[in-house]
Parts: sequence; C-alpha cells; structure tokens
Amino acid sequence: MINNKFFGRRRSEPTRPVPPGQYLEDGFPVLSAGPTPRVDLATWDLSISIGGSTVGTWNWESLNALPQTDIHTDIHCVTKWSKQDTDWRGVTIDTLLADAGVETPTGFVMAGCEGGYTTNVPVPDVLEGKGLLVHTYDNEPLAPEHGGPVRLLIPHLYLWKSAKWIRSLTFMDQDAPGFWERYGYHMYGDPWREQRYTND
Amino acid sequence: MSEIEPGKKWQIATVTSVRKESPRVKLFALNLAETTPHRAGQYYDIRLTAPDGYQTQRSYSVSSSVVHSDSIELAIELINDGEVSSYFHDVVSSGDQIEVRGPIGGHFTLSPNYSKPVLLIAGGSGIAPIMSMIRSKRDAANASPTALLFSFRTEADFLFRSELVDQVKTNVGFHLLPVVTRTAARENSSGILSFGRINRDSILSAIVSLTGNAGSPASGYPQSLPARAYVCGGSGFVEAMGNHLLDIGMGLHDIRTERFGP
Repeated sequence: MINNKFFGRRRSEPTRPVPPGQYLEDGFPVLSAGPTPRVDLATWDLSISIGGSTVGTWNWESLNALPQTDIHTDIHCVTKWSKQDTDWRGVTIDTLLADAGVETPTGFVMAGCEGGYTTNVPVPDVLEGKGLLVHTYDNEPLAPEHGGPVRLLIPHLYLWKSAKWIRSLTFMDQDAPGFWERYGYHMYGDPWREQRYTND
Repeated sequence: MSEIEPGKKWQIATVTSVRKESPRVKLFALNLAETTPHRAGQYYDIRLTAPDGYQTQRSYSVSSSVVHSDSIELAIELINDGEVSSYFHDVVSSGDQIEVRGPIGGHFTLSPNYSKPVLLIAGGSGIAPIMSMIRSKRDAANASPTALLFSFRTEADFLFRSELVDQVKTNVGFHLLPVVTRTAARENSSGILSFGRINRDSILSAIVSLTGNAGSPASGYPQSLPARAYVCGGSGFVEAMGNHLLDIGMGLHDIRTERFGP
C-alpha cells in the first residue's frame, strides 16, 4: 500500500544499492540478546569439530599466527540497518580448515559462542573466503560490544549469522536451527531476498 | 526455547487512536484484521511506501498488554531526522492505515504468569516492551515481585507515569524507581523521583525492594538476586546496565536485553 504523505528522508544516498527494506546507517548499532560477555584472552580458544570429533583448537596466539585476510564489505542487520564500506581483518574459515589439515567438510555449520548463542549456516557460505573469524575492525581491535575479541563474519547474510564472541564451529550433516532461528528467524537469511523470518 | 513460528505476513492495520504521551513520544493504537496474540516484549515491523515506490521499514515494540490483543499500542519516539518516526508524529492520525507484520521476537519476552522476582530496567522509550510486561502481569492478576528502574531525561519524559504510579498503589508486588537524568535537582511534584543516573547503588536498591534482602554489606553483593533482569533502551545505556548486573553477580543467561538505535 502507498502512504500518500510519506516521502522518506533518504538522508545518505547509497553509493551502492542496499537490500530491500534496509536503510543506511553511519554509526555501528549494537544488537545482542544479552549483556556483553566477559572474555578472557588468556583462556580464549576456538575449536572446530567435524562429525563429532574435534579437529583443531586455536588460542589467541595461534589464531594470530595464521595468515591474515583483510576484507572490505557491506553489512546488513535484520533490524533494518545496513552499513557500507566496513573494513575487517581476520582468518578465513578456509585457512583454519587447511591449518587443521582436514578435507573440506560439506553440509552445515553451527557457530557456538560465549554465553551459549548459536547460529546455523550452510558450509558453502563460509568457504572460499566468504566466512572469516575477525578480530580487527577499522584497524582497531574489535570492541567487546561488537563481538570482540573474535567474531564470525559472513557479510553476504544478515548479521545475526555473523555470531559475536565465537568459540566453536561445529560441522554437521543436517541443518539445525540456532538461537534466533528457533525464535522464527530465517534458516538462511539472505538480505537481497529479504529472508528475515521463517517462510520469507 | 520456543518452536519455529509461522511466517509473518504483511497486513494493513488501522490507527484507532493517537495520544501524545510526552513531548517526544506518541502512543498509536492499531487495529489489526488478523491478530496473532503477542508475547510481552515482542515487536512489530512497520513498512512505509512513498508514492514513487520508495520503501522503508522499522521495528517498534508493543507496549500494550497481551490481554485484549486485537488492538496493539506502539510507543513511537520522534527521532531527529527519523523518516519513519517523523511520519508518525507529523502525519499519522486516527483512521489512517499502516502496513505492519508481527508479532516478532522471542527472547526478550516475559510470561504474564512468571512468578519469580523480576528486575526491569528501562531507558527512555525503552519502556515500551517493558510496559507490555507490566501491564500483562497486572491483567493476569500476577502480583509477584517486580521492580522497575526507569531512567528518563526530564520529568516530562516520565512515560506512562499515572499508570505506573497507580500500579504502585494497587499492586503490593510492584516497585517503581524512576530516575531523572537531565533536570537539576529540585523539589519534584510527586516526591518519588530521584536524580542522576542509574548506577550500581540504584540497582542494588531496586533489588532490595524486590527481594527484601540487603545482602552482605562487606561484599556489596545482594544475597538473593532477581531470577531475571530485562533491560531495554539505547545501546550505551543497555551496555552499562548489563555490566552493572554482571558486576553484582547476575548470570549472563538471567539478563535479557533489547537495544534501540545506534
């Protein structure tokens, strides 16, 4: 339906199109289901398991010793804001899997976080540089409220898939809903197809 | 954890009343053709479409009770340069139609029958989903311990004031601790306002009113903590409150948050 007297402000003209229903945000809003958890870098680690077996574990030092990747990208939050031209640094999932010396898995992956948050993604969506564990935003250490020390980043999906405070990646054969997905958010979450909620 | 909910379809709602609640907040009652009962704390998506096809969406929390949910109330704060909030404040009047879908969200919700002590912390228009929780508990005749710490800029921004004060009088389980941040300290009309910012001490006072337990003075930690805390407001406010709650010993899983805007 048309809202006759609505014209919109369209305050910053996007340099590139934004996905349907999104508006451009200059700031960096924070969204999370609970308070920012306290993560101790001395005990922080990240583990990858495939088919129920742990195939690799990295601590802060070993993660930083791996080849680092810079990514310049746009991000889209399901709460309607998008932010263009963001800069991140971290380690691709490809690099982690290669370091673990395992064959590329198939199926789905569940990201697990400090505090119990989870989110599910198909494996192809985190391979070939599409998924990274990032620790640096705009050349600064990633702030705790934005998911620091380390968060997942999968910029082509809505940002709830880019789980903050990540601790584990669990590769599995079958898809299963994570935290928000169980509350009715979309299993895949493609912003360009506006897959916000179940059945979108 | 809830089940997967059915997909939400866009529908056209009719505005049945508009009420100015404060200089910057208006309350909009919307009548829905197809209603899914909401849970206290959930929100609706709003979609506005300009004559040239330009569309934009925002989410607004429901402030009304889960009882009588054929109509919902949204509390919309006028945001500077906010294209949706300014449309609601400057244009929308009773009888207008608005495209909506919902209710949406599931973690920041409270059952009206929840019986354990609950601490509610709201900053400004962050009161909206929390008001739904308070009204829903009231309508379920649930007088279990509930404390509301409510921070706002000036006395004029004390949203839902008469209804909240009325709750204090009629519900022995309800404790109200309003905090004004930007008015110079002066005698206030009701005597119930305090001035400053919500800090660890005001949270501890709220917990004492909730649990009747002053805890151990040496540790500064209350002996009994609320079963759950719900915090809603601007991002910085929620971050600060979450940190206070972790500091006093509440568990990460017992604190639920909803953040507004950048």
